[in-house]
Amino acid sequence: MAVFSDPFDALPSFQQALDAFRASSWLEAGPSGGGAYPPVNVFRKGDDFLVIAEIPGVKKSDLEVQVKGNTIRLAGAKSVTYSEKAAVHRRERLGGEFDRAVTLPVEIDADGVKAEYRDGILALFLPRAESEKPKSIKVA
Amino acid sequence: MPEKRELSVREKKELVAKEEKTVPGRYYVPYADIYETDEALAVVMEMPGVEKSRLKVALENDVLRVDGQIDFVKYKDLEPVYAEYNVGHYARSFTLSNKIDQEKISAQLEDGVLTLTLPKAKQAQPRRISIG
Repeated sequence: MAVFSDPFDALPSFQQALDAFRASSWLEAGPSGGGAYPPVNVFRKGDDFLVIAEIPGVKKSDLEVQVKGNTIRLAGAKSVTYSEKAAVHRRERLGGEFDRAVTLPVEIDADGVKAEYRDGILALFLPRAESEKPKSIKVA
Repeated sequence: MPEKRELSVREKKELVAKEEKTVPGRYYVPYADIYETDEALAVVMEMPGVEKSRLKVALENDVLRVDGQIDFVKYKDLEPVYAEYNVGHYARSFTLSNKIDQEKISAQLEDGVLTLTLPKAKQAQPRRISIG
């Protein structure tokens, strides 16, 4: 699907594409349903997959990412603290703990998983297992 | 408040703009905390994915405006298969009731959280009156 045809039109169509895949049935095969924190988006990039989560305010040192088989686990804590002397006018940010497992419906190469955390966004690069990749068969 | 709390997912709130934007795409309202000390007002906002270079903070006529743009070129060549949240720019503005020393506003962006420290102008700071 060509999401990026016109660069000036790219964001709205990207946003529409994300809406279209809202809670798609892609993850349904696994035991991990949606709805847990942190919310994740899953993308396909060629043969491989990317899981992206927004976790603003979580420090890298408070974040734990584990991979086992084709299940990834995102766990951590987010703290929202202020000095006691401050008078609070508005409080919308929430702190707390999270622990979520996401099972992907494809086999991934657990050794090749790479994680990157920047600006409150966690990106997990999940290469597809060699055994999962399609092989082309030459027709004799 | 107990810190052992489980985080739950909150749907992002789309910005209902008072004025229209010239940039296409949806905007979201960042979650914000505002607190005040004797010396300063602090505004803390969650804007995941916004880089320092794409953040604009302006204070004009007591209105504080924050605009954070997402560099979504990063999403190029990615084909969504499953989505739980949407991605967009962030904008929010506040009318400040305190007089702020504009020259001394400082901003810090860390892990997708923007902390603005707005020092109060001298005349706005509380003065202790001694009773003779």
